[in-house]
Amino acid sequence: MLSDHSALSPIFGRLTLDAIPYHEPILLVTFAVVALGGSCVLGAITYFRLWGVLWRDWFTSVDHKRIGVMYVVLGLVMLLRGFADALMMRAQQAMSFGAEEGFLPTHHYDQIFTAHGVIMIFFVAMPLVTGLMNFVVPLQIGARDVSFPFLNNFSFWMTTAGAVVIMISLFVGEFAHTGWLAYPPLSEIGYSPDVGVDYYIWGLQVAGIGTLLSGVNLIATIVKMRAPGMTMMRMPVFTWTALCTNILIVAAFPVLTAVLALLALDRTVGTNFFTNDFGGNPMMYVNLIWIWGHPEVYILILPVFGIFSEVTATFCGKRLFGYTSMVYATLVITILAYIVWLHHFFTMGSGASVNSFFGITTMVISIPTGAKIFNWLFTMYRGRIRFELPMMWVLAFMLTFVVGGMTGVLLAVPPADFVLHNSLFLIAHFHNVIIGGVLFGLFAGINYWFPKAFGFRLDPFWGKISFWFWVVGFYCAFMPLYALGLMGVTRRLRHFDDPSLQIWFIIAACGAVLIAIGIAASLVQFYVSFRNREKLRDVTGDPWDARTLEWSTASPPPSYNFAFTPVVRDIDAWTDMKLHGFERPLQGFRAIHMPSNTGTGVILSGLCVAFAMGMIWYIWWLAILSLAALLWVGITHTFNYHRDFNLPLSEVAATEDARTRLLEGRI
Amino acid sequence: MQEGNVSPFYRVDEDHHAEGGSTMLGFWLYLMSDCLIFAVLFATYGVLGRHYAAGPAPKDIFELPLVATNTAMLLFSSITYGFAMLAMERGKVGQTQTWLAITALFGLAFISIELHEFATLIAEGATPQRSGFLSSFFTLVGTHGLHVSCGLIWLATLMAQVWRHGLIPANRRRLQCLSLFWHFLDVIWIGVFTFVYLMGMLR
Amino acid sequence: MSGAAHSDHDAAPAHGSVKSYLTGFGLSVVLTAIPFWLVMSGALGSNKLTIVAIVGLAVIQIIVHMIYFLHMNAKSEGGWTIMALIFTLMLVVIALSGTLWVMYHLDENMAPMSAEDGRNMP
Repeated sequence: MLSDHSALSPIFGRLTLDAIPYHEPILLVTFAVVALGGSCVLGAITYFRLWGVLWRDWFTSVDHKRIGVMYVVLGLVMLLRGFADALMMRAQQAMSFGAEEGFLPTHHYDQIFTAHGVIMIFFVAMPLVTGLMNFVVPLQIGARDVSFPFLNNFSFWMTTAGAVVIMISLFVGEFAHTGWLAYPPLSEIGYSPDVGVDYYIWGLQVAGIGTLLSGVNLIATIVKMRAPGMTMMRMPVFTWTALCTNILIVAAFPVLTAVLALLALDRTVGTNFFTNDFGGNPMMYVNLIWIWGHPEVYILILPVFGIFSEVTATFCGKRLFGYTSMVYATLVITILAYIVWLHHFFTMGSGASVNSFFGITTMVISIPTGAKIFNWLFTMYRGRIRFELPMMWVLAFMLTFVVGGMTGVLLAVPPADFVLHNSLFLIAHFHNVIIGGVLFGLFAGINYWFPKAFGFRLDPFWGKISFWFWVVGFYCAFMPLYALGLMGVTRRLRHFDDPSLQIWFIIAACGAVLIAIGIAASLVQFYVSFRNREKLRDVTGDPWDARTLEWSTASPPPSYNFAFTPVVRDIDAWTDMKLHGFERPLQGFRAIHMPSNTGTGVILSGLCVAFAMGMIWYIWWLAILSLAALLWVGITHTFNYHRDFNLPLSEVAATEDARTRLLEGRI
Repeated sequence: MQEGNVSPFYRVDEDHHAEGGSTMLGFWLYLMSDCLIFAVLFATYGVLGRHYAAGPAPKDIFELPLVATNTAMLLFSSITYGFAMLAMERGKVGQTQTWLAITALFGLAFISIELHEFATLIAEGATPQRSGFLSSFFTLVGTHGLHVSCGLIWLATLMAQVWRHGLIPANRRRLQCLSLFWHFLDVIWIGVFTFVYLMGMLR
Repeated sequence: MSGAAHSDHDAAPAHGSVKSYLTGFGLSVVLTAIPFWLVMSGALGSNKLTIVAIVGLAVIQIIVHMIYFLHMNAKSEGGWTIMALIFTLMLVVIALSGTLWVMYHLDENMAPMSAEDGRNMP
């Protein structure tokens, strides 16, 4: 079905003044808050004259550490947006019973649950995970940077561009009403004629390019840039999980790109891939998108397993139990991730043989995952456990994730799934593994590596407040959903008739409020830590008595990471160095070859936003012009052969001498 | 391993990672991801390829002689690109450029024939909007064609860069990457002519 | 390999020779011509047999291209390229066969949407 293109304005496409939602008070207030907050931030940057610093040292930086930090900042900012959506949903469901309609009209509520899912997965969990991998992996393998530093910057800005496109949809036009995977036929032009689904498609396409390229980059880095002596079986577990994650990214994201492109063709050109007539098949979309979707789950959880491994070994003061089994479990999960996708649509009607195959493969995944849990437990067994913040998050994870994993195995039984499919039980399950697994792990990782990135620890008091509110809030918010799901309540409902259910939703809403306090506490934690940074300062570079190479250099590490390339002799390379009398070299430094910063990534991603806007609003001249500009800037960039410089010896020596003085001052 | 080095924990000699040493592997990984895009398109064709919606079937619209000519163009462009690589090995700029230009001509011929085929089909009413079969056919073959077109733009860019800087290591690396890309598209085309055209005619 | 002028050259994959390129070209011309001839002439009589033959020839031709044009071997990049290729092929097989299997069962089990759709089902 082709919408009527002749009615379009040649200049603005289908963009009119009606697209600005000034008639919706909630959005107006949101806009006011965002505009106020945004202008405060911009004003502060201008007032403190930070634009030059931001542009030179951060936006155009090709330093993997800075890019990693920027990813994490992006993830945290988007977490606030995604969580605001969650609060609104919880409030709506807690009040909308019987005659009371709640405060969200249907079309707004539908956009909110779609945006919540999309933002939390693509623009919170993914940037946080990618950011940590970007920051940590090159340091852990003793490399100067990633394989393709410019590409790294470009990938970050493409992810940001995707987030920008999604954020624009809040104030210009609308977002998809379709749920976070935009199943057709609902997402086809006939049923969703507005721009919402187009925002969804183009936002994800732009961000997807960034994700894919950063996947290629990190695999090449891990394969090619390891320090001498670091064989595959001496790689830190986090690097192993990062390798497997990026393999999953490179092998899964093309599927998402392709399937969204097909949906875009259906919507704009009028092809019949997923339509109900002319030989299209909507179920094909469901099938294809889950071929991407299931590996995506492991893309999120695998690096977090790596974080837990590092944190557990460090805070138990022991080598990780069962390193080899940990590596093989990770590899097995990587492969199995590709043969379970149908469990997301058991009820679609494939029949007994198909369902039982995918049910069994799904249950098999719990074996390597269980092996990992036991490895962590055995690492803790007879270890000297220090209950610092990262370790506390690990413990919360282990308890919570096991519950989530168990309910996952329940859902893997096809007959049970026929009862529980699309119920709140499912919602509780995947929040249980994503919050209890991915998010808790990311908090562990942020608390663990923060001193490495900035040279001071995070304040433990506010960290603990955040921890307890998050953990209690999580249980309070999602355990009621298990009960509701078993009672048969389905997901994505805006209104309920049965008043006996209301108490459960009120409890869940209270849980969401507790989590909100947890998030606020962690913001306070960042602020307080920054204010007390001199008290929390770590000059050793190794505040936790950790075991891997990233702790052998300064905190924050110099731009070149290591003055001399380390040589690895053991799995826990830094522990080995500490035990066997490693002396930090004090002279003999050399000039270091470094990649130069470039603004091309920012420009290209800006053009991508323009292109996406052209495609979303049918502003064809904009799409064509920005595509041509993209090609032009990209090709021009390849004509620049001088992309690196030598960091002079004097600068390297000065940096290292400064560190020497710091270390002496302490002792 | 570390002669004259006091510590066994680090190396004094710099740069054990040669510049551009990751490029070929990185590009190969990109190609593998591209391969999966085509896998999705092939799967879509496999599922929707018989959904004619009372419209034309492969037998009604495919012209095998045209497809054979097209295949020949792509095969010729492959061998000429190979010759360009051999000339590059010997460091002959002129020969390299000549073979690259010939490759580009064959590539252009391929694209022109494909566009002609598409135009004929659309004129006959066999448009991408007509049926699931035609949607998936146009998308699969068109995506391959789009890749070839991108390859042509890239080829032109590289010729300009070789013309400007000669066969410096960076340019050699780029030519090798394009070589992988170009031959990879051949492999995809083998799948296309076998599964789409030849097996379509057998229905 | 050509002279030692470019040291980074050793890390690059081998490029074969005129002979190997021509061998590859000859083989692929033959392997392309046979399936076209089989289909256009109907020489094998049965469709099923022809399909088996042309799929087999396509697989062989893909391998020929991999060896003679893409210069795949187990040693380049320390075996990582061949590993990536094998992994990718595995995923391609999983995605293709899985999709066809799943969608075939769906078509079998689910009622067609309309009479017209029913007529157009295989």
